[in-house]
Amino acid sequence: MAFIELKNATYKYPYTKEPALKDVSYSFEKGKFYGIIGENGGGKTTLCNLMRGLIPHFYLGKLTGEAIIDGVDVREWDTAEISAQIGYVFQNPFTQISGIKETVFEEVAMGLENLGVPKDEILDRVCQVCRQLKIEDLIKNNPNELSGGQRQRVAFASIIVMDPETLIIDEPTSQLDPEGTEDVFEIIHTLKGRGKTLVLVEHKIDLIAEYCDEILVMQHGSIAASGPTKKILSDLSVLDKGAMLPGAAIFGHEMQRAGKPLREIPITVDEAAALVAERGKAEWQSRLKTRALATPTGLRRWRTLTSPYSPASGWRLWGRTAPARPPA
Amino acid sequence: MGQNGAGKTTCVKMMNGLNRPTEGDVIIDGVNTKEKTTAFIARMVGYVFQNPDEQIFNSTVISEIEYMPRYFKIPEEEMKRRVDRAVELTDIKKYLHTNPLDIPYPIRKFVAIAAVIAAKPRYIILDEPTAGQDKHGTETLASLIKGLEEDGVTVLTITHDMDFAVANFKRIVVMAHKNVIADGDPRDIFWNEEVVQEARIKKPQIGEIAKKIGVGGKVLFCDELVERL
Repeated sequence: MAFIELKNATYKYPYTKEPALKDVSYSFEKGKFYGIIGENGGGKTTLCNLMRGLIPHFYLGKLTGEAIIDGVDVREWDTAEISAQIGYVFQNPFTQISGIKETVFEEVAMGLENLGVPKDEILDRVCQVCRQLKIEDLIKNNPNELSGGQRQRVAFASIIVMDPETLIIDEPTSQLDPEGTEDVFEIIHTLKGRGKTLVLVEHKIDLIAEYCDEILVMQHGSIAASGPTKKILSDLSVLDKGAMLPGAAIFGHEMQRAGKPLREIPITVDEAAALVAERGKAEWQSRLKTRALATPTGLRRWRTLTSPYSPASGWRLWGRTAPARPPA
Repeated sequence: MGQNGAGKTTCVKMMNGLNRPTEGDVIIDGVNTKEKTTAFIARMVGYVFQNPDEQIFNSTVISEIEYMPRYFKIPEEEMKRRVDRAVELTDIKKYLHTNPLDIPYPIRKFVAIAAVIAAKPRYIILDEPTAGQDKHGTETLASLIKGLEEDGVTVLTITHDMDFAVANFKRIVVMAHKNVIADGDPRDIFWNEEVVQEARIKKPQIGEIAKKIGVGGKVLFCDELVERL
């Protein structure tokens, strides 16, 4: 079932000439993990703003077409209700953090307090999320005195603690090191396992390739390409649309160009390694065969090697050799 | 390179005199930073902040870039040359008369870089310039670093982008636990499993593939890997 449905959505920010979104149609289904990639200024964040009602409720400007969230037109949604349904992690953690709380703990707990969640439950949930995001040691610190990376974790924590059904996350890892980035992706992955719908804007294409179900490539305010991750990221034309490709995909195309094609274009490290191994095996077999068929002895050996029965070792079953006769 | 909190930013801030060592010395081209003012050191070592908003304060991009040359009372002609070069390297020509705050964050970073280039320091430090950059931004950064090198400027960059580091730098210094744990050629750094583990850095994806399929020779680039298979 489509949870968020965009139909010919076009939007222009106030005081601008060009629309930031042009005729965008897409349906986002429940429980899937979507990646939005593409150039800066291509409309990624604007798309997010529309999907959670900041457009048209906070940003003025002109919206045409339809954006239907959970069956109701975005214009009819109440902003408070929509924000309980759809969690949003801002691109800039400096924007997200309230600035009015004196400790990380209070910052993370603020949303739950506003919803009137019982105190014990707040304590439990905040502690759990802080542990998940490895900010336990910071809970007594002032959020305004944290580093960029730490702030980004706190901002993320303060949204996932609310446990919304849908999460829209705008570049959550731009300030994080590789380990922190992987932590964030792991958490997002767990959320998907719990049936959440996820929309992620991200430039780190290697991780997008590994985790997302579907991808949208945004360029000049329109969807330049969309579809299953594997299909989009194995296609070189994505590069012309201003997005990057994972190293594994580039490697796959380079192998093809060098006349050593893999069975398909990989998009992750594991896929690439498996495809290379597969190719190596096929090559070894064909080389052995060519050599074997060249001489009579070789031919005999080749037959012995490939036949399922040999007098010396008996029947070969499932890759193992069964003894010819029981040992004395 | 190194984890968040490893000491990278603190370390480079000592290089341009924003921080002074509490013990030991920092020496730039024979000058001890303890003996000079920050303003003096900053003329030799330009630092581009991680967050451009902490650095930019003029109301148009062009006045931001011209600010330092004007402050140094550089002759008009020379100033123009410097500004043009800075604008060319950072590819922000179309934003010159815009208010920096109206420019998208990743591009604002280029404004901050241009302002530092125009001051023409001997050394330039870029603090996480790759954060949030798209394909075009990353490519601009790569050509900018090459251009600065041609101009005889030494560039130091803090980055978490492994592919970017491998493709653009001859020397990599790895920090962990407030200390330098490795310093050398990208190949030696990324194929030193101990260093990779301790600093929690990652091989670029091509390196990961090479490791997984057991190709030797410290492969980091796509063409090398293709050649070896």
